[in-house]
Amino acid sequence: MPYRAEKPKLAPSSDELRARVPGWGADLDPKDRPAVPRERFDPGASGAHWDFPDRQEEKWPRERSLEHEFLTPVFGTSTPPKGLSGVMRKYSYARYSEGRAAHWLILLAADRVDAIESHLRSFLSLHPDNPVTETGIRSELTHHGISSRIGKKRADLSHLWIDPIIVAGPWVIAGWVVLSALRARGDSRHLISR
Amino acid sequence: MRAMVYRGPYKVRVEEKDVPPIEHPNDAIIRVTLAAICGSDLHLYHGMMPDTRVGMTFGHEFIGVVEQVGSSVQNLTRGDRVMVPFNVYCGSCFYCARGLYSNCHNVNPNATAVGGIYGYSHTCGGYDGGQSEYVRVPFADVGPSVIPEWLDEEDALLCTDALATGYFGAQLGDIAEGDTVVVFGAGPVGLFAAKSSWLMGAGRVIVIDHLEYRLEMARAFAHAETYNFAEYDDIVVELKKSTGFLGADVAIDAVGAEADGNFIQHVTSAKFKLQGGSPVALNWAIDTVRKGGTISVMGAYGPVFSAVKFGDAVNKGLTLRMNQCPAKRQWPRLFEHIRAGYLKPSDIVTHRIPLEHIAEGYHIFSAKLDDCIKPLIVPSAR
Ligand SMILES: NC(=O)c1ccc[n+]([C@@H]2O[C@H](COP(=O)([O-])OP(=O)(O)OC[C@H]3O[C@@H](n4cnc5c(N)ncnc54)[C@H](O)[C@@H]3O)[C@@H](O)[C@H]2O)c1
Ligand SMILES: [Zn+2]
Ligand SMILES: [Zn+2]
Repeated sequence: MPYRAEKPKLAPSSDELRARVPGWGADLDPKDRPAVPRERFDPGASGAHWDFPDRQEEKWPRERSLEHEFLTPVFGTSTPPKGLSGVMRKYSYARYSEGRAAHWLILLAADRVDAIESHLRSFLSLHPDNPVTETGIRSELTHHGISSRIGKKRADLSHLWIDPIIVAGPWVIAGWVVLSALRARGDSRHLISR
Repeated sequence: MRAMVYRGPYKVRVEEKDVPPIEHPNDAIIRVTLAAICGSDLHLYHGMMPDTRVGMTFGHEFIGVVEQVGSSVQNLTRGDRVMVPFNVYCGSCFYCARGLYSNCHNVNPNATAVGGIYGYSHTCGGYDGGQSEYVRVPFADVGPSVIPEWLDEEDALLCTDALATGYFGAQLGDIAEGDTVVVFGAGPVGLFAAKSSWLMGAGRVIVIDHLEYRLEMARAFAHAETYNFAEYDDIVVELKKSTGFLGADVAIDAVGAEADGNFIQHVTSAKFKLQGGSPVALNWAIDTVRKGGTISVMGAYGPVFSAVKFGDAVNKGLTLRMNQCPAKRQWPRLFEHIRAGYLKPSDIVTHRIPLEHIAEGYHIFSAKLDDCIKPLIVPSAR
């Protein structure tokens, strides 16, 4: 019906809707909508009692975006960069702005390296990674893994097979690194004893 | 303390960590009494957001009790029960002064494009989150609010993100009386956006998903018409038919980076991370709204490029509106709606999971098992 001037009349009347849906139209007037207008200049509204915040102590060289003039006064202190992934991350922040794809692609690559490094490191600790408990895969048995999917029209079933590959990937690579390291050590011992 | 910790894609565990210290005079340390897993956490869990580090504690939806405050904190004291918006923000920068709390410029050194979010990768500031027994809350005089006596704890928790975001999403749709609103996604954000659309005076609210049990909730909780897109060859044509071939006035994307419904788009983004996010729902939204219509994007996308059908958005003269939700800005009005009985957010909570079992919680929510819609995390339960 967009071919003629009138809007197709497909909705029930406002009176019907008011009777059927609790609260219908309570925010009909945009003045009642807290997100309207988008910007409302009111520096006193937030509870802040400073013009610029005190600066938090920088306990290690904090990586930051090239698009910032300086380190923000407050920042998160979770998981400082470490290992090879840390080197990649620091390089990405120091070299590329947020506008460059390279910045994000290096960070994503560092995330993959971090996972492998961390698995390897965990095997040398008292708390090695455990793929069974950490994936929560047991809930497939306790929380209807089969009946949640069988006979259902779910669009995600077509790519379910990819998940195990993503999960197992770092383990296979980590295992391969450990094995080749062991084998290399074996070889060198062999050489020495000869 | 016990805390959820990320171990790499699809892997999390609970570890013993130090209780976080005060690092800034306006910090508070909160003992978490209730937390939740958000659909956004799934993007981290699946390894999609750049600079998500092994060892980080996730969780940006939480409430708790003030344990300790820094020397400049005036509005909170030890023992206060508080709800904490998912945004970390200073309250005084250019953006905060204009109410754009989700776009704060003083809290995220890692990126200027996004503000601070608890437990949401270094791209969002590198803060540990609240799926934990304790959490550091910066700008304690700005973010947290004491939970009103009359407000149920689970309802308070849902105000920290999912409800506020759905409500915000409906507002960005600029809905006028009698408008047809199509909501893509029947997760917590989509359900709350659908419900809120009625408050703005929508004439029809249509919810799209492929999970039948969530569509059931959309009908019961949000009084919506529903379509399971997996049952149709082409959901856009179906929506055109249902709107007299005009299209919807407003579409809300409450799906984001892992949208399903197109194998190539989903796999290249969610599995192989070659796109910032799968734009299936966004592209459907562009096709579904009428010319001159509005799209409100609440779904989260990564910072890398996505294959969005921009040409059609131009040719149709669409208005695209989007942001991370400034959660606390929505609270006064949301409280009125909850008190009036128009909204009962905790109706969509399906699972309450002890922190110790959080790995199962992530899998259940991620794989959409057991009719899961909103899983809460209880740190004190064993
Ligand atoms: N902007 C913000 O401030 C903000 C805040 C919270 C969440 N989010 C984002 O909102 C999105 C939804 O969050 P949630 O907690 O509801 O997550 P969720 O994962 O529970 O819900 C997403 C829903 O979308 C459905 N879906 C998948 N592909 C679809 C498609 N093509 N069309 C329609 N539906 C489809 C899924 O089946 C699922 O039910 C996420 O991207 C999240 O990151 C944004
Ligand atoms: Zn969230
Ligand atoms: Zn700010």
